[in-house]
Amino acid sequence: MEKQFLIAGFGGQGVLLIGQLIAKTAMAEGREVSWMPSYGPEMRGGEANCAVVVSDEAIGSPLVSEPEILVAMNKPSLRKFMPKMPAGGLLLYNSSLIEDRNLREDIRIIAVPCNEIAESLSTPRVANMVMLGALQAATKIFSKEVLLAVMSEWLGKKKAHLFEVNKQALGMGRALVR
Amino acid sequence: MKKLMKGNEAIAEAAVKAGCRYFFGYPITPQNEIPEYMSRRLPEVGGCFLQAESELAAINMVYGAGGAGARVMTSSSSPGISLKQEGISYLAGAEVPCVIVNIMRGGPGLGGIQPAQSDYYQATRGGGHGDYRTCVLAPASVQEAVDLTQLAFDIADRYRNPVMVLGDGMIGQMMEPVDMDKSYRPAVDLADKIWAANGHIPTPGRPRSIINSLFIDPKVLERHCERLDAKYKKIAESECRWQEEMLENAELVVVAYGTTSRVVRSAIRKCRQQGLRVGLLRPITLFPFPTEAIRNTLGTAKCYLAVEMSAGQMVDDVRLAVNGERPVHFYGRMGGMVPTVAEIMDEIRKYATPYQKTPAEIALDSAIDEKFQSVTDAVGHILQRTRKKMKATGSGK
Repeated sequence: MEKQFLIAGFGGQGVLLIGQLIAKTAMAEGREVSWMPSYGPEMRGGEANCAVVVSDEAIGSPLVSEPEILVAMNKPSLRKFMPKMPAGGLLLYNSSLIEDRNLREDIRIIAVPCNEIAESLSTPRVANMVMLGALQAATKIFSKEVLLAVMSEWLGKKKAHLFEVNKQALGMGRALVR
Repeated sequence: MKKLMKGNEAIAEAAVKAGCRYFFGYPITPQNEIPEYMSRRLPEVGGCFLQAESELAAINMVYGAGGAGARVMTSSSSPGISLKQEGISYLAGAEVPCVIVNIMRGGPGLGGIQPAQSDYYQATRGGGHGDYRTCVLAPASVQEAVDLTQLAFDIADRYRNPVMVLGDGMIGQMMEPVDMDKSYRPAVDLADKIWAANGHIPTPGRPRSIINSLFIDPKVLERHCERLDAKYKKIAESECRWQEEMLENAELVVVAYGTTSRVVRSAIRKCRQQGLRVGLLRPITLFPFPTEAIRNTLGTAKCYLAVEMSAGQMVDDVRLAVNGERPVHFYGRMGGMVPTVAEIMDEIRKYATPYQKTPAEIALDSAIDEKFQSVTDAVGHILQRTRKKMKATGSGK
């Protein structure tokens, strides 16, 4: 089994973190993983993306040129990467920022209103966690339980009070797919 | 327990674990996480991090600390490594051990900040002036970056020579699981640094220490150069490392190092599934280059393909190894562009044809099929009989 993810959006939307949490969770489950960010003169509001590969054997290329699973958090990312997806791929897009026009018909598509859900929790910053929840439920490549454990470890003691709202965001993302 | 770490941070922590207590550097993308990590970490272990005013200053601070016998490291990326070349030549000339990390980016000039492998010539041919070599280690994964960084300190001390860890922006920036709990122990053969100029009082067993690369008398300098040359030959004999993958029956041998070898590995796996007899030979040390390992593939290889993120530099070493006995092809991307799996597969298909079985192999295959069929039939009979018996006795419900 080898799965390739591409997670893309604006800098500041937490796309690199989505990828890191996928990689850490899959690693905790005993898989081989790699996480490769776009790097350069990036800043808040600029383009950012990361490629994650999860595999049962040693990973070859850590780059993802034809994403089987694409997470598009904003319009430019969707426009840039959707054409590169193979037929039968899985697209999750942030429907709070992207209208559902001109989407491909040969891929599975899940609309996730990340920002609206995050705002309903009065914490706009957890929009990425809503997406991660939806991604977990849609792919089941890693388990919800291990993801929560990894997230709790990532938050640490200092940010432990944020665990509950992040967990809620994940849950609401998951509920969208079920 | 494994930890998900960025290549740059893993290199820095590996160095600290290997006893590196001094780091001198100047910022440049895409290796900034190394000095950033060191600035935080070294004070914790009683070491010293110093951001120098320039690359030149940094490499000469390395000369000082290394000359005093300390484990010391500097890191930079391509343009910064060019600036350090004078110092590296002095380090080699004065036989000062140290570790230099080059996280390569596209060049020439200021170039770009995306991954490249265009500093191969500079790294493996000495880089600065004079007849000298640095040992060059090229990691292809974050775990290997850790292992090779620690090995670099041992090799540097063993031969009193600068050792370069040659990565690229991809290895610096990517995160992969690493085992940091593995404890590091220096190689057992490493001698005390009695040559170090650290203010000791000269005693009969330990003469005055002089760290120097100036030898005005040509006769003396020639003797010095001959000794250095003998050392490089010993390094070539003893420190060569490489990895072979799917080389069995390989008619096309792809040679690639560092992160490029990862993309090549993916391409070769897919090509093997399509019946192409292709394999990978990955140099882990670039100097010394695994010439013998390449020559050992001449038995099956009909041709070679070097894949690099450069205009074709390592391919020269492949040609030297093959020595005109087989064609050597090249594929490369430049300027920070990374070759894709599909591009490399296309390139492999140009030189490798699907394997055609010989009549003897076809005959053997059909004999095996026949045998397999007869065994399957026999087992089928036994199963049928058992089932009938069970039905008759009414058991098994």
